[in-house]
Amino acid sequence: MKARRPRGAGSVGHQRRTAGRRVLRWAVPLGLAVLLAGCAGDNLPQDFLAPEGPTARAQDRLWNIVFWVAVAVFVLVQTMLVVVLIRFRARPTDTQLPKQTHGNVKLEVVWTIIPALILAFIAVPTVRLIFELAAAPENPVEVRVVGKQYWWEFEYTGEEGQGVVTANELVIPINRPVRLSMESTGQADSDPLGVIHSFWVPKLAGKQDVVPGHTRHLTFMAEEAGVTYSGQCAEFCGLSHANMRMAVHAVEPAEFEAFIEEQATPADIPTSGSAARGAELFTERQCIGCHAINGYEGAAARVGPDLTHFAGREKFAGYMLDNDINEGAENISAWLKDPQVVKPGSQMPDLGLTDEDTADLVEFLRTLQ
Amino acid sequence: MSVAAEHRTATSTRRNMFRRPTSETGFWSWFTTVDHKKIGIMYFVTAFFFFLVGGVEAILIRIQLAQPEMTFLTADQYNQIFTMHGLTMIFFAVMPLGAAFFNYLLPLQLGARDVAFPRLNALSYWVFLAAGIYIYSGVLLGGLPDGGWFNYAPLSLIGPNPTDILEAGTATSQHVSRMVLYSVGLQIAGIASLASSLNFIVTILNMRAPGMTLMRMPIFTWMIFITSFLILFAMPIIGVALWQLMFDVRYGTSFFNPAGGGDPILWQHMFWLFGHPEVYILILPAFGIVSEILPVFSRKPLFGYTAMVFSAIAIGILGWGVWAHHMFAAGLGPIANSAFGLSTMFIAVPTGVKIFNWLGTMWGGQIRLKTPMLFAAGLVGMFTIGGLSGVSHAIVPHNYQQTDTYYVVAHFHYVLFGGAIFGLFGGTYFWFPKVTGRLLHDGLGKLHFLLMFVGFNMTFGPMHILGLWGMPRRIYTYADGMGWNFWNLFETVGAFVIAAGVLVFMVNMVRSVKGGEIAGPDPWDARTVEWMTPSPPPHYNFAEIPVITARDEFWHRKYVGEGEKPPVRVPAGASSDHDPAVAATPDQSLPAHGPGHEGHADIHMPSPSYYPLVAAIGLPIMGWGILMPGAWQIGLLAVGGLILLAGLFGWVLEPSAEETH
Repeated sequence: MKARRPRGAGSVGHQRRTAGRRVLRWAVPLGLAVLLAGCAGDNLPQDFLAPEGPTARAQDRLWNIVFWVAVAVFVLVQTMLVVVLIRFRARPTDTQLPKQTHGNVKLEVVWTIIPALILAFIAVPTVRLIFELAAAPENPVEVRVVGKQYWWEFEYTGEEGQGVVTANELVIPINRPVRLSMESTGQADSDPLGVIHSFWVPKLAGKQDVVPGHTRHLTFMAEEAGVTYSGQCAEFCGLSHANMRMAVHAVEPAEFEAFIEEQATPADIPTSGSAARGAELFTERQCIGCHAINGYEGAAARVGPDLTHFAGREKFAGYMLDNDINEGAENISAWLKDPQVVKPGSQMPDLGLTDEDTADLVEFLRTLQ
Repeated sequence: MSVAAEHRTATSTRRNMFRRPTSETGFWSWFTTVDHKKIGIMYFVTAFFFFLVGGVEAILIRIQLAQPEMTFLTADQYNQIFTMHGLTMIFFAVMPLGAAFFNYLLPLQLGARDVAFPRLNALSYWVFLAAGIYIYSGVLLGGLPDGGWFNYAPLSLIGPNPTDILEAGTATSQHVSRMVLYSVGLQIAGIASLASSLNFIVTILNMRAPGMTLMRMPIFTWMIFITSFLILFAMPIIGVALWQLMFDVRYGTSFFNPAGGGDPILWQHMFWLFGHPEVYILILPAFGIVSEILPVFSRKPLFGYTAMVFSAIAIGILGWGVWAHHMFAAGLGPIANSAFGLSTMFIAVPTGVKIFNWLGTMWGGQIRLKTPMLFAAGLVGMFTIGGLSGVSHAIVPHNYQQTDTYYVVAHFHYVLFGGAIFGLFGGTYFWFPKVTGRLLHDGLGKLHFLLMFVGFNMTFGPMHILGLWGMPRRIYTYADGMGWNFWNLFETVGAFVIAAGVLVFMVNMVRSVKGGEIAGPDPWDARTVEWMTPSPPPHYNFAEIPVITARDEFWHRKYVGEGEKPPVRVPAGASSDHDPAVAATPDQSLPAHGPGHEGHADIHMPSPSYYPLVAAIGLPIMGWGILMPGAWQIGLLAVGGLILLAGLFGWVLEPSAEETH
């Protein structure tokens, strides 16, 4: 930055001009600093400016190019605007009209061609990456994803997946691409009339809409074990669109294998105590009409989430409510009693359970490790 | 009452259903007027009312989102409100505000006495009002549309609440009713836009003053011309889609229903093939307004007039080839995504040309920072931000991240608020003296601008950050711990600052309509011919139709000298090129051309008519019929249809103007 001009130099008009420039000299870097500080999130759960997988990182690299080009244009235009407004303001001393310029062909050509060239420069890596992202990866973990109002179903369809079905929480091994094949259905898996959802875990990949009547694909990969990536539905899908959340747990490959083994094991249905009464209520109160439990006789419906290992999940009800030791029981009981308050528009009906029934069902569900 | 009008009363024929209305003043004259100026004022007042309604909805949204897990609104209320905020601002505020300016100014800028089809113009207004009343009648009929303004299928078919389907019954028909309000309401609004676009195109092609070639037209008129073509081609597309939607939700067809062999993506294509040109329909009028304001307040002609015209035409044409950039995440495949990514990037080029030409207009001028100029300069700055975030949407792989987040919400508010609304407010301050004869208070205007500028950036600036931090759109609540709390609260404060700005504007309007400083015909030393006629202009606009010899005709009548030397003002009466009485010193010549002047009693103006209003009343009645079951449906359709037919027949059978002698 240049040394400050001593006061009193130059004519009155000139002084005003330098004052304007002095303000600008501070204002522009200051504004940029605020902008950058504002954008630097402290590793927030869904901040995609801090990507953590190759797909999201490739997308972010493009953004970084365009962001700085945009900053340059922004500074240029806003500076010119402010300079023009200050420098060419009307003064009481104006006695005659300014020079009447009607245009300048050279300038028009310049400010048509230069932006076009800049855009062409941005277009090349853009198109390249579009095609790269659309390509199918080698040896992926294959998962069928079904979007429903308002939760996600994950089914491991690859050979190693053993047909395991979970909800809202996707466990994946690190350093191996995951290939999602996504559909949207109505209540039952066979009902083609679902609504559009969008699968989005920002730190791993940009979103992909899930369109009923079509199968859509998305590829991404995680690199760090033990991290949970937060995501949520990104296409407006109804009353509880805001409550359709999810998580991706990245684990070591060995841990992933163990997870699949565990999930493929049928549940132990309790035979004594209030949990056993809860297990009976599961049939009596029609839970069985919508929910599957592997190991529970007759529980094979896939309208609601598969509950075989329900208690092993971090959260439930669209990855909204904590399912841990401390709050789990309370949350499940609130959910069973009045699902429409917890998650408006949910297909989970109000079963009119008594407090005792609720407590027994909670006990039962919490045994489904 | 003028002599002419009395004549008309005396000779009025009774071959029609009603006696022909004759009054040009008074309360009831507003219901029968075909005067483009009165229709323009009605458009403005109605659209501003809807702007306030949309604004209240915005405030409700911001209160709900001020903190995580708020329970100020239920999910159902929130969905209705954000849907209606979008529909209201787009179809019932910004579009008709543009129409208000078109109506009032187009004939004046062309040196004409009215639009080509004055009664059709009145029909447009009444149909627009009918559409607004119809769609908001949902408040009494089980709720407002709740699927977003884009109303994607199959959500529009299933409804946001799948438990309705489980329980089947009233709730489902409530959803159908909301979707019928959406599809039929927008259909009716579309009729209004379509009729006025045809009207403006014909007016521009046929009613320019002698000597006004296309390239001598005021730039705002050019923008009306281009916008009208966009409306003309865009409305039929959404019209078809809305018709299909209506049949899907009400009569069980399957255009968009995958269970019946339809495809939800079809709706997206049709909606955005309309929806993207719609964005330019909203913004080009504001561009035109700013292109009028900047030269006047810089005391220089518009820099690069030809470039401005052709860049707008380029935007108008390219605007048809970018629609799928709203659908990058829908999964159209890499080829389609690349093509639409490229076209989206390149539409930035003509837009950039406009920004640079505006800067060129101001460069070297003598800038008077009056309120209209502040809003115009504000548009240049704020629209640039919207344009740049728009370019960032075009990098398709990153668009997969941005789309459906608050980053997009920030983008289009910078375009439509920082662009369209700033332009429309600037235009209001600029032309208010022409319409009312009085100036809006400049000090209050500057306060209005300041509040609006600060509030706008407080509200929508942080939305960029929230979007990049992963906050999706259209969520009625969010969890604590996402890092979104601070900026959301900050934005809500900003929304109230905007509201304060609007309040200042309203105070300014109310006090200036009657008590503002008298403006005279040309308060800004302006350039185009609408400033040659008195403020407010007489019923017939111009006592004598001006002969146009140059672009910026009025300015050239006031100043001589081109090239290197600065031009000088023509002394009163010194120019023999033009009629000095109207040109050089309008102030002195005013009384001679005031309304009711005997010499102009023979100016033949179209007569008022009841029929546009009658025809418009039929449409929403038919619309309510579609909502109703059984006999009510047929009954209301029949009644509405008969009223519509009566209006149209009465219209056809009456002459456009009663004979005066």
